[in-house]
Formats: sequence, C-alpha cells, structure tokens
Amino acid sequence: MADERPGAGSRIIRWIDHRLPFLATMEHELYEYPTPRNLTYWWNFGSLAGIMLVVMIATGIFLAMQYTPSALLAFDSVERIMRDVNFGWLIRYAHANGASMFFAIVYIHIFRGLYYGSYKAPRELLWILGVIILLLMIATAFMGYVLPWGQMSYWAATVITSLFSAVPLVGQSIVTFLWGGFTVGDPTLHRFYALHYLLPFVILFVVMLHLVALHRFGSNNPLGIDMKGPQDSIPFHPYYTVKDLFGLCVFLLIYAFFVFYAPNFLGNPDNYIPANPMQTPNHIVPEWYLLPYYAILRSITFSVFGIPAKLLGVILSFGSLFMLFIVPWLDTSPVRSSRFRPIYKWVFWLLVIDVLALGWVGFNPPQGIVVTVGQIATLYYYLHFLILLPVIGKIERPHPLPTSIATAVLGGGASLTSVGSAPIGER
Amino acid sequence: MASMSRVSVAAIGLIVAQLLAADPGGAQEVALPHQQWSFEGVFGTYDQAAMQRGFQVYKQICSACHPVNHLYFRDLQALGYTPDQIKAIAASYQVSDGPNDQGQMFQRPGRPSDPIPGPFPNEQAARTANGGALPPDLSMIVKAREGGPDYVFGILTGFKDKPPAGFQLAQGKYYNEVFPGHQISMPPPLSDGAVTFADGTKATVPQMAHDVTTFLAWASEPSLDTRHRVGVRVFLFLIVGVGIFYAAKRKIWSVVH
Repeated sequence: MADERPGAGSRIIRWIDHRLPFLATMEHELYEYPTPRNLTYWWNFGSLAGIMLVVMIATGIFLAMQYTPSALLAFDSVERIMRDVNFGWLIRYAHANGASMFFAIVYIHIFRGLYYGSYKAPRELLWILGVIILLLMIATAFMGYVLPWGQMSYWAATVITSLFSAVPLVGQSIVTFLWGGFTVGDPTLHRFYALHYLLPFVILFVVMLHLVALHRFGSNNPLGIDMKGPQDSIPFHPYYTVKDLFGLCVFLLIYAFFVFYAPNFLGNPDNYIPANPMQTPNHIVPEWYLLPYYAILRSITFSVFGIPAKLLGVILSFGSLFMLFIVPWLDTSPVRSSRFRPIYKWVFWLLVIDVLALGWVGFNPPQGIVVTVGQIATLYYYLHFLILLPVIGKIERPHPLPTSIATAVLGGGASLTSVGSAPIGER
Repeated sequence: MASMSRVSVAAIGLIVAQLLAADPGGAQEVALPHQQWSFEGVFGTYDQAAMQRGFQVYKQICSACHPVNHLYFRDLQALGYTPDQIKAIAASYQVSDGPNDQGQMFQRPGRPSDPIPGPFPNEQAARTANGGALPPDLSMIVKAREGGPDYVFGILTGFKDKPPAGFQLAQGKYYNEVFPGHQISMPPPLSDGAVTFADGTKATVPQMAHDVTTFLAWASEPSLDTRHRVGVRVFLFLIVGVGIFYAAKRKIWSVVH
C-alpha cells in the first residue's frame, strides 16, 4: 500500500516494508483508518487513556530505578525520591496523580460507551476486553498504592487481602498464601512490587487486542448507526489526530494543575505516616476511584440465606464489575445511541448519580444515613443492570433513526433504517 | 450531545460539592482557623526569614523530643544559610560514626552531608523519656495531618490551662482544643519569649508557632518552591498548545463541516 503512494519513502523503507509491512499497516490503521465524521469530544477519552497508560509506564520505570521494595526501606526510599532525586518529586507526583487521571478518563470512556451503546453487536468483544482492562487497572492501582508503605498502604493491603478470608473453608489459607506470611509484611510488599511492574504490560497487551477489535468495525458514533460508505467517514489523520491533540492539551492542563498545585489533594495524609502494624488508622479509606466498590462491600450488613454478610459483600462488590461483562446481553434494545431512546436516556443518568452516591458512601464512615444510602444505592445498581436494562429495551419506543451519518450531519430528512454491520475492510 | 454535556457538568458539580462537604478525618472536632501562609497559592514560596526563625524554634525547643528524620544539614541551604553557616551548624552537633579501623564506633562533629540527629537513639528510649508517649517525627508532620500547616499551628496554639468543666483529663496529659480527643501527651511547648530571635522579631507564641510551622512545612515538602515555579511555565506552555491546536483543529475541520 505504501508502495503505491508517490514519494513513499526511500528504497530501503520500501524494501523492508515489502517483507515486514509494519509501516504500511500503521499507515492504514492510523492515517487512512475511516472514522465516523460525527464523533464528539466524548470520543477523545479512548486515545487519552492510551496516552495515560504510556505516561504511567514511563514514570513508573523511572520510579522503579530509585524505589526499594522492602518493608524496612520502602517508605524512606519514596522520601528519597521526593527530596534527593533530581525532579523525583515531579516523577512521583505525575505517577500518583496520573493514576487518578487514568481512572477518571477510563470511567468517562466507559460511561460514554454505556450512553451510546458502544457495547452492542458487533462490538461485544471490544467491550469485554475493555472491562478486562478495567479489572487489571484496579489490581495494578491497588498494588501500586501499597508500595509507599505508609499507614494507608499497609491497612488497605490488610483490608483488601482479608476479603479472601470470606471464602468458605479455605479462606484463611488463601489469605496466608497471598500474604506470604501471617500478616501483611515484607514478602507481601515484594510480590506486590513484582506484580505492579508486570500488570501494566499485561494491560498494554489487552489494549492492543482492544484496538484490533476496535479497528475491525471502527468507532461507534453519537448516532449509533453504522458507516455505510465514504460519505459517512473521514480519515483518522489529520481530522482526529488534531482533535485528539487539542483534547490532550486541555486534559494536560487539568493533570498539571493537580501535579503542580494540588499534588496531595486526591491522596490521604495518613499515607505520609510510615506503616505501623500496631496502630490502625481511624478511617481506612481507599483511593477515590475504588470508593463505589468499597461502599457496596460495606453496605451488606446482614446475612441472606445463610450466606454471611462479609461473603455476600465481597460477592456483590466484585459482581458490580462483572455485571459489565454481560451488559451486551442484558440490554435488549436494538438501538445503540441513547439519543433515540427516550426512557433509557434518563435511566442512564440515574445510574451515574447512583455510582456517585456510592462513591460518597464509600468516602464516609459507615454510620447512620450513610449505611441506608449505601444499601439503597447498591440495590439500585443491580436493579439497573438486571431489570431496567432488559425491560426498557422491550417496552421503549425508540425515535426514528437517521438514514445515514452523512444525511444527519450535513442535513436532509431522517427515517428509520435497518441496522447492519460489515467489517471495515470488506466495504 | 448538548444535554449530555449539561448533565455531566451538573454531575461534576455534585462530586465537587460532595468532596467539599464531607469530613474525611471524622475525628476533627474543632474547626481549624485558616492562617495566612507564604507558600499558599500558585506563586507561593517559603518565607526564608520565617524558616530561619522556625529552625531556631525547632532547634531550641522541639528538638528536645522530636526528630526530623528526613532532613540533612545540607538541606538547610534552602533556608538561606551559606555553606559556611551550614558547616558551623552541623559542627555544633555530635554524630555517631564508624566503625573505625579498630572496629569501634566513635563520636565526631557533624558535617553537611549528615542527617540531622534526633534526640533519642531509638523508639524505646523516646518512650521511656516521655512517659510512654512517642514524639512523632516532625519532618513529615505537615503533610501527614489533615489540615496541614493549620493543624500544626492549631496544636501549638491550642493549649488551655484548664479543661472545660466536666472534662476528665488523664494523669500526665494536657488539654488541647485541636488535638483529636483533646488529650495530648505533649506539654505546651511554647511560651512568650522562650527564644530570642536575632532579627528582632518579638517571640510571641503565635509568632513562634507560625515560624516553626513554616519551617516544618518546608521540611515536609522541600520541592514546593521549584514545583510552583515549574508549574507556571508548564501552564504557559500548555495554554499556548491549547491555542495552537484549537486553531489547527478549526482550520482542518473547516472542510468537513
């Protein structure tokens, strides 16, 4: 393909490309790649997430060069990075706040997918790969949070690993196995460090699969209808490269604000106290991006059918994530975009409010009204996915869909059309 | 799309309101009065004169019980001391070094490359000397407490001679308005005129508390000055970037719309 373009590089490049079509493939996937012409700024978050993954890996590798994963030295080695390593404070704050930014971007990316039905056929595997990335991110972030070996690191590690003790019969043995001892300690820190270094590369691999799946059918779009020909699409470059770069700069301003002017706003002061196994902090609070799952976990204060409260809490907390895996089959509506779904459009925002409420519950000590709100919000979360999503798809009468992206964008009549999909290469 | 943007702005507003409204510590019983700090805000920097006075307060008062584990003498350059002054300060301490050729540990005057020695050799010694309580390391204290500098200032100025009526104060404890639970093992450390400042500043309790807090804020976050300076440049760079890419986007997309 690159061979056919005038001035397609030197003979050497053509010689290589003929045998190893790497450049030609990149050319096709990044330059010509046909993209719906009507993507809004909500579609910037995918590439932003990819960039954040690279930032996290890059800053993480430099931190790893200075960090010591031993219970005796970890806390001090982090302070060494902050005080004595040239621009160590910048690398560490970029990494710590980068995790928050990464999650914020990915959560917006996921909610965008939920609003515009990006998980529907033929993009179910694309969606499932995304959920796997989220699970890997949570595991990576949790283990990364343990590494500075502050009070919150230590007690978060204790609380979260102890969840596995809820498993009947073998629970306590699993926990001992995870710890590598009888409490969270040096072996735990060492293995968390090794895994924290490994998992981002696993994420990178799944991200590549995510991209392969994405490029099979191309991006979904705000109308949720397929591209039907060249009039519906524009090449990715320069249109979306420049749009992504503009979005990136705006995002970097927000990121830079946290790194330079509020680097500890999203953190917990207790994590600047060295880990002390003899003293439990007043309130053990996870990072903000894990608060909703934590809220669900703590909301279950009663046992059901002989299942102990703790086990049920663990099941429902993990279940809230696994629910996302089956969303493509829970949603029965043939229409992707919420723009044409008069009921679901509002139910979507109720879910957003519900998740925010869970975050608030997770942030506050579980007393009084907080517990009640947590239980109602947990119930509603499951109600949304298991009942509302399938039922609304059946009873809702969607608005008529436009005939094509081009007519909707460039003007012209709109009428109902059938939904059919063909892979990009086969058009 | 417009409706999604509008609702999401409302949603972000909700989160922010929520973060501001909620009380993360939970244990905070007295609202901390906010003090004016030189290092606040985008252009904030540490006040060197205040830090030098604060170091004097630390050295003459706090250091009797509290270490500053993460500080080295060489770090004091940030307070505005010259290398010779730092050498003199370091030399006024005795530090333990060794083993020497005979396998013996020995004492020698401090050097700028040494960590500032604490008052006690280990935790047990510190507890024994303080009725069982452990005076915390002060080199992280401002970052390690909810409320930061306002909390440290609040503790130092929050002592009351008598607890309110009906409050049971345990043996060997002192009443402090700001401390969670109000019973603190530290006796009131500051009193008017406890130190004499070389620059003629009157050593009142609030003045000393303010100065030592400024010094400790620096000890917790020595990179703040550089961070603020670099941040301004990064912002200017990014704002230019936003402008350029916005213009480029408008131009390139003008053919599509």
